[in-house]
Amino acid sequence: MHPRQWIEIRPEGIYCKPGNFYIDPSRPVEHAVITHGHADHARGGHGTAIATPETLAIMRVRYGQEHATVEQRALPYNHPILYNDVTISLHPAGHILGSAQVRLEYEGSSIVFSGDYKRAADPTCPPFEPVPCDVFVTEATFALPVFVHPPIAGEIAKLLHSLHLFPERCHQIGVYALGKCQRVIMELRRAGYAETIYLHGAMVKLCALYQDFGIDLGSLEQVTVENAKTLAGKIVLCPPSALDDRWSRKLPDVLTVAASGWMRIRARAKQKGVELPLIISDHADWNELTHTIADVGAPEIWVTHGREEALVYHAHQNGVKAQALHMLGYEDESE
Amino acid sequence: MKQFSALLEQLYYTHSNLGKEALLCDYFATTPDPDRGYALAVIAGTLKLPNFKRSMVLDLIRSRTDATLLAMSQDYVGELSETVAHLWPNINGTVAELPALHTVIENLRTIRKEALPEYIASLLDCMTSPERWALLKIGGGNLRIGISARFIKQVLAKFSDQQVEQIESLWHGLEPPYVSLFAWLEHKADAPIVTERLTFTPVMLAHPLEDSDFSRITADAYAAEWKYDGIRVQLVHNGIGKALFTRTGDDIGHAFPDVLARMNFHGTIDGELLVKHDDIIGSFNELQQRLNRKNPTAKLIADYPTAIIAYDALFLDDRDIRSLPYDTRRDLLANALATYQPTNMELSPQIPFTCFNDLVTARDTCAGQKIIEGLMLKRRDSPYVAGRPTGPWYKWKNEPRLVDAILMYAQRGSGKRSSFYSDFTFGLWRGNEILPIGKAYFGFTDEELKLLDKWVRHHVQHKFGPVVEVDKELVFEVAFNAVHRSPRHKSGFALRFPRIHRIRWDKPAQEADTMQVLESMLDR
Repeated sequence: MHPRQWIEIRPEGIYCKPGNFYIDPSRPVEHAVITHGHADHARGGHGTAIATPETLAIMRVRYGQEHATVEQRALPYNHPILYNDVTISLHPAGHILGSAQVRLEYEGSSIVFSGDYKRAADPTCPPFEPVPCDVFVTEATFALPVFVHPPIAGEIAKLLHSLHLFPERCHQIGVYALGKCQRVIMELRRAGYAETIYLHGAMVKLCALYQDFGIDLGSLEQVTVENAKTLAGKIVLCPPSALDDRWSRKLPDVLTVAASGWMRIRARAKQKGVELPLIISDHADWNELTHTIADVGAPEIWVTHGREEALVYHAHQNGVKAQALHMLGYEDESE
Repeated sequence: MKQFSALLEQLYYTHSNLGKEALLCDYFATTPDPDRGYALAVIAGTLKLPNFKRSMVLDLIRSRTDATLLAMSQDYVGELSETVAHLWPNINGTVAELPALHTVIENLRTIRKEALPEYIASLLDCMTSPERWALLKIGGGNLRIGISARFIKQVLAKFSDQQVEQIESLWHGLEPPYVSLFAWLEHKADAPIVTERLTFTPVMLAHPLEDSDFSRITADAYAAEWKYDGIRVQLVHNGIGKALFTRTGDDIGHAFPDVLARMNFHGTIDGELLVKHDDIIGSFNELQQRLNRKNPTAKLIADYPTAIIAYDALFLDDRDIRSLPYDTRRDLLANALATYQPTNMELSPQIPFTCFNDLVTARDTCAGQKIIEGLMLKRRDSPYVAGRPTGPWYKWKNEPRLVDAILMYAQRGSGKRSSFYSDFTFGLWRGNEILPIGKAYFGFTDEELKLLDKWVRHHVQHKFGPVVEVDKELVFEVAFNAVHRSPRHKSGFALRFPRIHRIRWDKPAQEADTMQVLESMLDR
């Protein structure tokens, strides 16, 4: 049976009718499958939460030990289970620690929700695995051909060069607390940066969690009122929202850095007051998106989260059936 | 070319002028001729590449990308050069070395028009996105990296410890790649001699008149004139041609062909450029319609007719008269105007006075006229000298007008102020409603800024991106030079030079001023 007949969009999120569960619901539900730990996908308060062991651990850090009221069901990658007549399996998405694509199979047809993903290598998580399916649901955050993320080594080199040029300035980098933060740290270590890296309070617990999973982030320290004044020439990581907030006033001669795929667009970086934009993203760029659609080889794709229009257009040009996910249920009956 | 691209990239993201200055000085010090001179030309906007057209760039990218995806991309990115830089298919990978900047520019200048697209494409093929942006910007002009023509000359002055006035006076006589300029700046040669070109002569500026100066101002020693609220210009006509410069030496002749056309005698005139309808001088707002329009339409010229009020003459009939006293220069200027009778150019009238009190009265009566900012007081025996000497010229501005307005919105600043709410929009009552009348980001001390920032953070009502709407409780005493009607503003009024004069922590918002108060201050 085509997934169109057993998947629907509800106010809570994407719903699998025969399995009676949601994928990444935006409000508490009885049964939820979670692709990864970012707040727009993982929320606390579900009855049963099914996710990778890493994602469940992240949710415990963010929403408390008992974030699911009935059960936290850990499902490692590539271990299918049968859940109310639907086969669920999780597969690496390469986005952040624990991130998974969700494959559902029911009555002979299959659909893969890739969640957020990227194809570039990331030392903090296993790489994306293309999974054969009848319908592939892809994100479209950077789905315009102007978005091409350069290799991360070059971006890290820019940062290290800036530290060399401006040894008296505190390099404050805006990064998401979960995923981007730890990836940037790992890439700095890989490039030979061995000094202590300083963290905004919002990042401390998540970094400790990564360390618990065996990801060696090296020497880290939280920024405090006492040490703030001594951080000239050091690297400080903070959430993007803290970049231009009062928090940064205590740091010496701040050089504002941001690490994001959006930094590709000059005006956007400038408007945020960024002096050193680093194009580092945990989302697929245009080339990765289009290659992935070809790699997975599904005859049909649904597109969500971002610039759906361009990717749907591209798929059509390449003979792949495609539609925006939010249009599910609104299509022409005759189709 | 790689170094130039890196320079543009750094300049683009550097907020502070000091930072930009350091980057440019370092580049000029470490880059050989003629590359640095070409870089200077690109940044100052003096490089002309008539064959490198936007339409050619469009054709190049259209033949390489899907039209729909191109349109979606440009719609998202906004700017063509950046869109093309990002979209260009990277077929050759990037290379470690690109041709030198001067090689690229000399090729762009000399290659036949038909072969140019192929040459540009061959460069784009082996560049990174920022390098492609830099190349396209060489052709596209308008860099938008926050560097004005004035600023770049100040940087050159800093780089060389030469006077900025001398750089300005040479500037229009020199051409890219400015090898002789750099030789002089580095003290390796004398100043370049420019005779064949129309050049700008550094202007004379005035000091503000302080209370302690009042006693010097006697009718014997000083003449008084109005200080008009237009833009100060230098109008040049000699054997080489005609030019119109701003007081910092920017050539704005292209925006005012009407002014150039009416100049009918050889001379260098220091004056005020204004809009004038028959006998009535227009507001600065009207003059703004004419500024920055490269090729004004006949309609625009007719709707906003210009005039010059002549203050002084530096050259007349190709004779340098700057060393003559003010009174003599003025007589010569008056004679020239009477002889040649140029249209819409008149001698700046003098204000007769016998004692200082007459000037106080004159200044009080002119207050409220939008076209007059105050008085100019000039020593009758003073020669015309570049810069701002103390003593010969004073400006005595009108007292500002004040209203008590209510803080409505605040926005974070940039650079050092990026964590502070430092840009404030304020308004006045109309009935039970508050209408915004203007925006200001200075006039307060650093200590007051901290208090304002704290107040804003505790009184946020709504956030709209970087802007917050605050509780309508805090009153500012706002000072401004003039107010005029403006259909572009919601309130229907626009203020000239608004600034925060005082923060009225004590005053309840209910007691702030109404729109009627502002209306009564409208200029006659």
